[in-house]
Amino acid sequence: MKLLVCIKQVPDMESKFKIGTDGWYDREGLAWRMNEYDEYGVEQAVQLKEQTGADLTVLCLGPEQVKETMKKALAMGCDRGVHIADDQSHLKDPYEIASIIAEFARDKNFDLIFTGMQSQDRASAQVGVMVAELMGLPAVTTIVGFAYADGKVTVKRELEGGVKATVEVAPPVLVTCQLGLNTPRYPTLPNIMKAKKKELLSIPAADLHKASGLQETAKIEFPAKKGGGVFLEGEVSTIADRLIGILKEKTAVLA
Amino acid sequence: MKILLVAEYRQGKLLDNYTELLAFAGIMGAESVMFTVAEAAGALPNFDGRLYLAEVSQAGEYNPETHRQLLLDVVEMEQPEMIVLSHSSYGWDLAPRLAVALRAAQISEVVAVEDGQLVASMCNGKLRRTLKSRGKITVVTTQAGAFSPTDAATGAPTVIPVGGAASGKVKLLGYETAKPGGVDLARAEVIVSAGRGVGKPENVAMVANLAKALGGEYGASRPVVDSLWVEHNRQVGTTGHTVAPKLYIACGISGAVQHLAGMKKSEFVVAINTDRDAPIGDVADVFAVADLKQLLPILTEKLQAL
Repeated sequence: MKLLVCIKQVPDMESKFKIGTDGWYDREGLAWRMNEYDEYGVEQAVQLKEQTGADLTVLCLGPEQVKETMKKALAMGCDRGVHIADDQSHLKDPYEIASIIAEFARDKNFDLIFTGMQSQDRASAQVGVMVAELMGLPAVTTIVGFAYADGKVTVKRELEGGVKATVEVAPPVLVTCQLGLNTPRYPTLPNIMKAKKKELLSIPAADLHKASGLQETAKIEFPAKKGGGVFLEGEVSTIADRLIGILKEKTAVLA
Repeated sequence: MKILLVAEYRQGKLLDNYTELLAFAGIMGAESVMFTVAEAAGALPNFDGRLYLAEVSQAGEYNPETHRQLLLDVVEMEQPEMIVLSHSSYGWDLAPRLAVALRAAQISEVVAVEDGQLVASMCNGKLRRTLKSRGKITVVTTQAGAFSPTDAATGAPTVIPVGGAASGKVKLLGYETAKPGGVDLARAEVIVSAGRGVGKPENVAMVANLAKALGGEYGASRPVVDSLWVEHNRQVGTTGHTVAPKLYIACGISGAVQHLAGMKKSEFVVAINTDRDAPIGDVADVFAVADLKQLLPILTEKLQAL
């Protein structure tokens, strides 16, 4: 059995963002990490590898620095990494990104492909499904439960309002992972050391880039601050007093 | 401009989020036609226009490959410039399939239309971007709640049956609904919710204590529930409860769209967060820039002394 998990490196969402000069957010001075949704994908793929003895490849598209994030996936248990080297990946649209990944994966006979359901920065929730469609594979999105038995995959899709749908599908299939699917493991020190010796192949994106983009970002900006809420700052005891004063004045809950 | 709207049907019911799609089409000044997989004999969208309807008994409620093909047939007949779905578990699943089949740009989770251009938020609401499609046809998903109908939808559609048996590779086996828990967040007048900023499970008690001091209930945001620090029946947000208490205190909650959708109708909102740029500020009446671990015990003590 052959497994692929696709991950993305994203900025920490607590970061102070600045508008960049290339039509995107400024990529300097940010803390980078694995897209949270992808951590669940890596964990599920590693669990399936442990269950079946499958071979697991992790793929990541982006500049040289994404290798740091790939090392985490390798330390979590992926067997090898494929880095699609691209300094301009942040300016490519979801269709282009998906085309590059599909171009790589097409003749590799993966039985299961895992992706996050979306990235934390763009949150467009497109790339995973598009990869599957371009490869002619079925895709099931937003999974919060996964089981593999008797050659079949049974997943739970998260719907709105606390409802889940149980869906069955036979591999090859692509699934997109939602938060809470499992509990992603922390890499242990011995596994971090082992990961350094694992194969990490780099392929220039240009070798796989055959589609052109279908959309462009015309403008990126900060949202206008809504609300006009009152900010309370300073010493916590003073904040507490002021907050109680406001609650007495503006709400009926302390009456 | 002509827009094809996709209404949703789940667990035997037409969902009412099609009215948000109509509101979006209204803003775009477009002529609308609609598609849905539903029951022709059941409730239909209140809409004056052509409704392409595939029988759910044949096409299935979740059968993306079949639904995609049915929609592509309608696109062929109607030649719309835009196909619009809700950014929901149904919409975000189906939209990229249409986009690939049509080689069309997909613009996801649109929050606004400005000067005829589509705006989406990014980085958890900290930034927004305006997107432009390069093609003749564009697939759009709209953020839940971003486009509210001003009037109740009226009208009766002209139904055009479309056919197609389920032939996809995925099989829907059934649904699971969350077990009702002992707590009734929807009725609480005060809700104090814990977010990722609580840091560790032991600190949930601080949030619960403040809720108790205010005679309310405590809730939680998704990451806290996913970490199993708080049970799911206390989750506030799209996939949990939608609440509207008199007072909502968000402790260490950044304000992801899915969380805001579940609590923004609260009468009075207090945010406690160390990051004064956190998007929860957009809905907060009061924003206490503080570490909840320091503020909550003092606040609780002072309230108990009242």
